Amino acid sequence: MTDSLPAGSHGHPALASVETIIAGLASVGYIASRRIATALFMATHLQKPVLVEGVAGVGKTELALCAAALLGLPLIRLQCYEGLDESKALYEWKYGKQLLYTQILKDHMGASLTGAPDMATAMERLHGTGDLFFSEPFLEPRPLLNALREPGGAVLLIDEIDKSDEAFEAFLLEMLSAFQVSIPEIGVIKATTPPVVFLTSNNVRDLGDALKRRCLHLHIPLPDQGLEEKIVAARVPGIEASLRTELVRFVQSLRTLDLRKLPSISETVDWARALILLHAGALDAELVRETLNVLLKFEADIVAVEPRIGELISIGA
Amino acid sequence: MEPMQHTLESFLRALRAHDVRVSPAEAIDAHRAAAEVGYGDRTLLKDALCVTLAKTAEEVDRFDSCFDTFFARAPSERSRDRSRPGELEAPPGSPDLASQLLAGDEAALAQAMEASAARVGAGEIRLTSQRNLLTRRMLDDMGLRELEAMIQALRAAGGPRDEALAGRLAERRAALFVQAAAFVERQSRLYASESGRRMRDALLAKQSLTAVEPEDFRAMEALVRRMSKRLATRYARKRHQAHKGKLDVRKTIRRSMGHGGIPFEVVWKTETLHKPKIAVLCDVSRSVASAAQFLLLFLYSLNEVVERLDAYAFSDRAVNVNDLLDDEKVDDAITLVMARVGFRPTDYGRSLDDFLDAQGSKLDRRTTVIILGDGRSNYADPRLDLMRAINDRARSVIWLNPEPETYWGQGDSKMDAYGRFSTVAKTCNTLGQLERIIEDVLRTYMSR
Repeated sequence: MTDSLPAGSHGHPALASVETIIAGLASVGYIASRRIATALFMATHLQKPVLVEGVAGVGKTELALCAAALLGLPLIRLQCYEGLDESKALYEWKYGKQLLYTQILKDHMGASLTGAPDMATAMERLHGTGDLFFSEPFLEPRPLLNALREPGGAVLLIDEIDKSDEAFEAFLLEMLSAFQVSIPEIGVIKATTPPVVFLTSNNVRDLGDALKRRCLHLHIPLPDQGLEEKIVAARVPGIEASLRTELVRFVQSLRTLDLRKLPSISETVDWARALILLHAGALDAELVRETLNVLLKFEADIVAVEPRIGELISIGA
Repeated sequence: MEPMQHTLESFLRALRAHDVRVSPAEAIDAHRAAAEVGYGDRTLLKDALCVTLAKTAEEVDRFDSCFDTFFARAPSERSRDRSRPGELEAPPGSPDLASQLLAGDEAALAQAMEASAARVGAGEIRLTSQRNLLTRRMLDDMGLRELEAMIQALRAAGGPRDEALAGRLAERRAALFVQAAAFVERQSRLYASESGRRMRDALLAKQSLTAVEPEDFRAMEALVRRMSKRLATRYARKRHQAHKGKLDVRKTIRRSMGHGGIPFEVVWKTETLHKPKIAVLCDVSRSVASAAQFLLLFLYSLNEVVERLDAYAFSDRAVNVNDLLDDEKVDDAITLVMARVGFRPTDYGRSLDDFLDAQGSKLDRRTTVIILGDGRSNYADPRLDLMRAINDRARSVIWLNPEPETYWGQGDSKMDAYGRFSTVAKTCNTLGQLERIIEDVLRTYMSR
């Protein structure tokens, strides 16, 4: 299996097995579950993009960042939004330079065509001149093209693909399945080393089947107590073990409540950092009440949780 | 084909039956994934196949349960150590099944069962009702008849040893029945569960809303949600279609002035899409109470889809229920709406009056009014003048009536008159119809 590995990024020693990936990601500060590591393993070995889904703040974008750090590849990021099109994602022509080129060409042609005896000869000479108007030097590359052209491969992060339009999604298909793009005026540009592609989605809308079929799918759920403690430990190294257990348990019990926006990992980490800044040694009701806005982002949620803080802490204790 | 590949194929088939869509391309991916990680590490294989095949969070759950069921090793209940001293031996020449049963050879039995299952097509099971038939066929294929004949013959012979042998065989046969039934049950869980559900859903979509059995209620609710989700996706797709237009010559020339007339910046005409504004008036009175549950449920789901939805519920008075739909969870919202205005005698005239009072200023050429009700106003003044006013102001008025058209205008029904002041008046008493009509509404808006 290992000897058939393709050249480039995929031969990276950290990609040898799921275990090495878990260890490797941990070394760059990302605590991955087995399934996450398996997804990265399959993505690099099958050379398929990974579609990462999960609620906000669960570490989707972070995974791509850490994968890039682990593999030592440049991270190329494309943030999607409504109305994003290929001129912003793939390439654009350098219109200004193209115009200058036509001006130069006009002057130049004027000189070379003056000697022509008749129209036919002039046209022949015109066609004989190389046409550079649509050529690679006039191409302004955007993230997707950059990712394909990166000689040693790259990690391409297409963030929040669900925010883009359906048309853009369709446009991505060629890129995702064959790691190539067709530019009508030039032809097909193929990746020298296929990039490792992550697409993230918050499920704002359902993605098309065609896109899903071309991707591996990774759903990152909210972590359990043990995993979340490890994550906090990795992200907030200065925290005491007892406080860490306590605060993670509190967040875990918050997640069993019926809230509009459940706190996810990024909130837990932020909260842990906030508690460190406040020099807290243990959770108490007063402290939680004052810092609750770090965890909960809606007033209604805060109002709902406040009267039950004592109860939630005692569950955790 | 390698045996493991064969197993993988059957697993893919089981997955499809569990509503995890596996296209041929994904099947190839699955084989590549399996080849990459090998079959040795079960967790690794599970995770690898999961990221290749399951494409939504729900599919991940279904994948996990399907994988566990499929690769569950049937625990062998009887082990070989049952053979006590003085064990009864099968007489030479007895059928295979009999000797296997007597020897307690679980492995051979399991193999024979698998083989028979393949021959009678147990993997093709689609409906849970086929279970008994399949069990029977499988046992027949394993040689049940010969076994029965042998027991009969032994009993007829009547010797004490024959008698004991017959007794032991009958006992083992009973155990075999249980095993076979369990085997088919597992096949059914693997391959039949989803197709059965799909059939039930198709039936429910055609079922009259007023005649939904309580036990189908949950299934119906799930169906409504899926329908509205589907509409939401389609609707979102439509809304984004008009992003690019034709070249806007005037704007392009204006922008080019700064560059000496050279069109550096090309401007495209864009079309402003009117997002639909929908006002819904839903009858929750006694006469339509049973259908009202689903109309409200649909309304609730629609509220999550359409950005500007004004919802009213009425019996004798119309009340705005936006707050309930926005803030409460679906079950609570429906109960609260029913508590607020439900189950009273209908008065269409006053309700229309209330509706116009509250909503009148917001009715314009971009608003579609949907009225869900039977048009039976208990002989009160139907206030057709108000209905005309609504029809004049709104872009269109769509009246959906759970009663069939032949009843319209009979007794206290004013539906024929109301129908005249509606752009569309239709019978709608199944979910299928409801979905079609709402889709029409959304589509009329999106088409330019």
